[in-house]
Amino acid sequence: MDDEKMVRQANQIAQYFSAYPEDRAKEGVRGHIRKFWEPRMRTQLINYAGAGGEGLHPLVLWAATQLQDEAGQPV
Amino acid sequence: MASVNPINYGTPRRESDTQVTLEIDGRSVTVPAGTSVMRAAIESGIDVPKLCASDNVEPFGSCRLCLVEIEGKRGYPASCTTEVAEGMEVRTVSDKLNQLRRGVIELYLSDHPGASKVETGDVGDDELLRLARDLDVREVRYDKEGRNHQDAVIDDSNPYFDFDSSRCIVCSRCVRACDEVQGTFALTVDGRGFASMISAGTDSDDFLNSECVSCGACVQACPTEALVEKNVVEQGMPERSVTTTCAYCGVGCSFNAELKGDEVVRMVPAKEGKANHGHSCVKGRFAWGYTNHPDRITKPMVRDKITDPWREVSWDEAMSFAVERINGIRDKHGSTALGAITSSRCTNEETYLVQKMARAVFGTNNVDTCARVCHSPTGYGLNSTFGTSAGTQDFDSVEKSDVMLVIGANPTDAHPVFASQMKKRLREGARLIVVDPRAIDLVRSPHVAAEHHLQLQPGTNVALVNALAHTVLAEGLENRAFVEQRCDVEEYDAWREFILREENSPEHTAQYTGVPADALREAARLYATGGNAAIYYGLGVTEHSQGSTMVMGMANIAMATGNIGRPGVGVNPLRGQNNVQGSCDMGSFPHELPGYRHISDQGVRDIYEAEWGVKLDDEPGLRIPNMIDAATGGTFKALYVQGEDILQSDPNIKHIAAGLAAMECVIIQDIFLNETASYAHVFLPGSTFLEKDGTFTNAERRINRVRKIRTAPGGYADWEVTQMLAQALGYPMNYGHPSEIMDEIARTTPTFRGVSFDKIDALGSVQWPCNDEHPEGTPVMHVDNFVRGKGKFMLTPFVPTDERANRRFPLLLTTGRILSQYNVGAQTRRTANRLWHAEDWLELHPSDAEVRGIKDGTLVAVASRMGETTLRAKVSERMTPGVVYTTFHFPETAANVITTEYSDWATECPEYKVTAVEVRPCNTLSEWQRRYMDTRDQMQRIEGNQSVRAPDTVAASVEEASDDDWEPAE
Ligand code: SF4
Ligand code: SF4
Ligand code: FES
Repeated sequence: MDDEKMVRQANQIAQYFSAYPEDRAKEGVRGHIRKFWEPRMRTQLINYAGAGGEGLHPLVLWAATQLQDEAGQPV
Repeated sequence: MASVNPINYGTPRRESDTQVTLEIDGRSVTVPAGTSVMRAAIESGIDVPKLCASDNVEPFGSCRLCLVEIEGKRGYPASCTTEVAEGMEVRTVSDKLNQLRRGVIELYLSDHPGASKVETGDVGDDELLRLARDLDVREVRYDKEGRNHQDAVIDDSNPYFDFDSSRCIVCSRCVRACDEVQGTFALTVDGRGFASMISAGTDSDDFLNSECVSCGACVQACPTEALVEKNVVEQGMPERSVTTTCAYCGVGCSFNAELKGDEVVRMVPAKEGKANHGHSCVKGRFAWGYTNHPDRITKPMVRDKITDPWREVSWDEAMSFAVERINGIRDKHGSTALGAITSSRCTNEETYLVQKMARAVFGTNNVDTCARVCHSPTGYGLNSTFGTSAGTQDFDSVEKSDVMLVIGANPTDAHPVFASQMKKRLREGARLIVVDPRAIDLVRSPHVAAEHHLQLQPGTNVALVNALAHTVLAEGLENRAFVEQRCDVEEYDAWREFILREENSPEHTAQYTGVPADALREAARLYATGGNAAIYYGLGVTEHSQGSTMVMGMANIAMATGNIGRPGVGVNPLRGQNNVQGSCDMGSFPHELPGYRHISDQGVRDIYEAEWGVKLDDEPGLRIPNMIDAATGGTFKALYVQGEDILQSDPNIKHIAAGLAAMECVIIQDIFLNETASYAHVFLPGSTFLEKDGTFTNAERRINRVRKIRTAPGGYADWEVTQMLAQALGYPMNYGHPSEIMDEIARTTPTFRGVSFDKIDALGSVQWPCNDEHPEGTPVMHVDNFVRGKGKFMLTPFVPTDERANRRFPLLLTTGRILSQYNVGAQTRRTANRLWHAEDWLELHPSDAEVRGIKDGTLVAVASRMGETTLRAKVSERMTPGVVYTTFHFPETAANVITTEYSDWATECPEYKVTAVEVRPCNTLSEWQRRYMDTRDQMQRIEGNQSVRAPDTVAASVEEASDDDWEPAE
């Protein structure tokens, strides 16, 4: 998937969950991506976030860090 | 028409708490109060002659054949219009009655062409002749040369049935069937007395050009073959019948396939069918001719490259070819390079096998289904709020509804039989709110009118549902007791606080939705306070970037007003295809196993690992759009597609084509060389619903049987082909019959635990959940508790789609369906249904048309930022200015060249319903269409064959017809 599409889709998820209080919103975004995104897509997101994550919603950036920790990849 | 099977009880069944006992011909009979004497007699096995009465319409009392004698009553009352009474004593046979009946028959026969057949006994499907035979009326004493209708011309305009008025006895069964059953009111009785005639009520006075929607209810109702199926005229009466299920829409009508040998003569909707109660639409009853179409591919085919012609091969060779490629790809790239797509048109058993193939044989969770592009948000939304992914009611629930809220659905076209049931209830006084950018037929049709039509701008559903909720809460119309008892109150409080914000008020949202605040408030009040209120929705809800949010929004208002958990209420998706519900239930999504259980759940994986004898991947797989992206990215190489045409049905065709072209092994299993097959390497001939055993699950979770009538021309049912491929890949898959697959589903899926073919055969159908708690199934869900325990209110922030109209693309395009055609049209395009709809057209409002110099029939180019296509315009007041509409039934139109890659945030369901476009008159096909025409034949060549398909639609019609002589069909 091209980065632009990935950023848009991840941000859409964040836009939804941002209606919730912060902690729940964070967990919502992380949980959604963990539950529905195939590993290749998560890796792409983690790498993109790691490279600066331009255009990513802050909730997505946070989720990407969590997913990275979980995947045990070097930060 | 009398079906081969069922008894006609003469008048409709009545329900009553009071039972009445009477005596008929000395026999004691007990029936509900309100039942006719005729029905009481027939139910107890005593036949009563009748012509104008039929059990699907109200009695009319015109033919006087059903006369009986009633003790203490003078004269000979008509048993069809006489209600039973306690202690009544009825005689149905006497010399006098016989004499009177024979007189009536004689009079009818004097103006009927078949009298001579009574002698020979060859009475066909004609109840009048049958009665003449049974009552031994051989001679007609009336002057046959007198006034009669015997030189009337046969109206053969309808492609499926004829009307021969010389056989018509003006019993008005057809008129009543059209009014009461179908709700179209197309027929009238013209003239009076002897001159009276049934008429389709148009200037040209033929069926084809009338309001008739060709449902066939009148044909089924006609007792004399005045209305008769052309097939019966040509082939004669069927000899036996097999009950099965329609393979078109999500209503899932039951049919008796009436056969001569193994050939279908006609499909007659089954009275016992719990989804359709003996009714059907034009597709199910008549449009099954595609099953015998010469375009069907009957031999397996392979080719090395997609630019090669297809080579017909044996099944063995096709399997070896596929196995070699799949194994090669797996060795080189791993299991994650493989995937499968299940079909909502195939049976539950077949769908289950395809996902099993992906997970257990390919070793990947890369499996998805076409529900991705239609109802995946229903799954997400209803699961989050109620705890399960399914509509809450059975169809019959609508008979208890006082208010219907129809959102983004067009039932009269897409779910016609349920629409007839809705219309019936609306005629009885239920009230209707329609939310749709377009004035769908339900907004105003004979004897039905929406009280509120909220004609919103595409893409603003969530703003609208929030405003409905806001009104309910702000005006104190919520059902607090229900919420406190049944729902998670903390979540409710958070939702309440959110909804009551000013941004969700009707006054504020009007700027997005275009719906005036007062109209919206009125509608909200009606929904909240009008009695039992039921929501019915379709793809106009789901196919948006906020599809899932909208589904949750509707679930929220249903919970807040207590409209859930009993007949008459609920939240109900109208499913597009026959087995969308089933394909979702069967674990077709890449993140969940059958029964909607997430793949990361070790407990659930344990069940399947034990059953299938393999280790399962615990990560979610790729969804269809992800597979395409991964293919263009080089990590996804092989796809097994059963009964789907993603190249035509999915958005952004160019991207799909690029993805498919990048794959090294595309296996298509289908009945026709569909569009996707242009990019395939292996083609496996599939089977139609007439050629297999199995089950479909309709929109009300009803599991219906599909029964095999004949063997597929390729030799195998689809489940057998999947099994063959699995075996060829070295996996032991050895089912002897689809019932064994259902047994496995039942063993492994709690909501299906009680389901078996035997049970379905015994009960006719069952609605899941069907298990120890509900051994006979569950018509209405969430009765005492939600599946998830407490109902959960979810927040529904309105986020406008990124797809906006602008100066360059000032109009919004939305897409939909039409009655006579079905989805990508592969089936219906290959039937006479083309007569009604031979091409896709673009509907637009007169004001939008005028400023662009567009008239009815003008060829127009529709351009979005994605692409451009050409089709004809139809100017229509149904549209709201600024919004244009098209269907997507014809590949040549390539509507999906213009749709965007935007999708639902939660499920990636594409946003078909909103594309910013510009429209201009033009006189050529778009570049994509031209290229497509040029290459399609090339890509679908079969060695040794000229061409496998006739050139059709736009291309042909552009050449044949000038702009002036084109008229939009209705
Ligand atoms: S086919 Fe259906 S719509 Fe047409 S006249 Fe008969 S009952 Fe009415
Ligand atoms: S298409 Fe739908 S409404 Fe029509 S007969 Fe089939 S299941 Fe019934
Ligand atoms: S059947 Fe009763 S009057 Fe015709």
